[in-house]
Amino acid sequence: MERYIRQTMLPEVGKEGQRRLALGSALIVGVGGLGSPVALYLAASGIGRMGLADIDVVSESNLQRQVLYGEPQLGLPKVDCARERLAALASPSCALITHPGGLTAENACDIISGYDVVLDCTDNFSARLMIDEACFRLGKPWVHASIDGFYGQVTVFNHRAGKRYRDLYPDADALADMPRRTIGTVGPTPGVAGSLQAAEAMKLIMGIGLPLDGRLLAFDILNMDFNIVEF
Amino acid sequence: MKVIINNKEIEVEAGTANLAALLRAQGFTGVGQAVAVNNRVVPKADWEACGLEDGMKITVIRAVCGG
Repeated sequence: MERYIRQTMLPEVGKEGQRRLALGSALIVGVGGLGSPVALYLAASGIGRMGLADIDVVSESNLQRQVLYGEPQLGLPKVDCARERLAALASPSCALITHPGGLTAENACDIISGYDVVLDCTDNFSARLMIDEACFRLGKPWVHASIDGFYGQVTVFNHRAGKRYRDLYPDADALADMPRRTIGTVGPTPGVAGSLQAAEAMKLIMGIGLPLDGRLLAFDILNMDFNIVEF
Repeated sequence: MKVIINNKEIEVEAGTANLAALLRAQGFTGVGQAVAVNNRVVPKADWEACGLEDGMKITVIRAVCGG
């Protein structure tokens, strides 16, 4: 297939990897700063099915980093705008499913059970703990990223019964109880983290390479420092 | 003795017994933080038992929540 030739020509991907992508599915929780690059790259990659979960509408202060949207979408639900944009660039065979109610404690297991891998593109600790719990129960891997300013981190949790969010941050419950604050950032911070998340999801679906499981990549694009720690 | 914390070299004050004491002295609370020594995370319960060595690379990772 000409469409995917630049990735199928790689021996690590090949026809088999492309077939696995076409049979694969991913749930993107949060289609904001992280979710935008994740969704764009996964849609373009030839993934078979992609879910988008978010309850937000597009607001003006989103546009500097949430590259799925523009001014014509202001005030509209993000999942609908994202679906429209992604449908225009994905293969027609890619199924795009919206979950406009977002992910909640009530529906998390139901929704996640329908996907191979979960991408955590959320903006709060409570949502991450919810994903951690649901994925642990269902035995699903999830690709975590979070950002603040010029700083970001990416890792894979619960891959083959591997490490969990709570293993890395045992006091995560206390973090979830802290009041929310508005976080400043530049677009490339979630751009880098989201691109890495998309790469990890593609690797997990194709079963290639060495996933960031048990390893946390932390980066600071202000000083251009990238570092991996094992946990 | 010198150690490197988050890419900054610092002189460890005499009498700083272990990793927990060093982190306290440097103002790290440990809340929402994971700490790696030479790129390997040391669980909080082991910070007291973790001795300091010259040239040790310490990375304090803070949980962030933006997306």
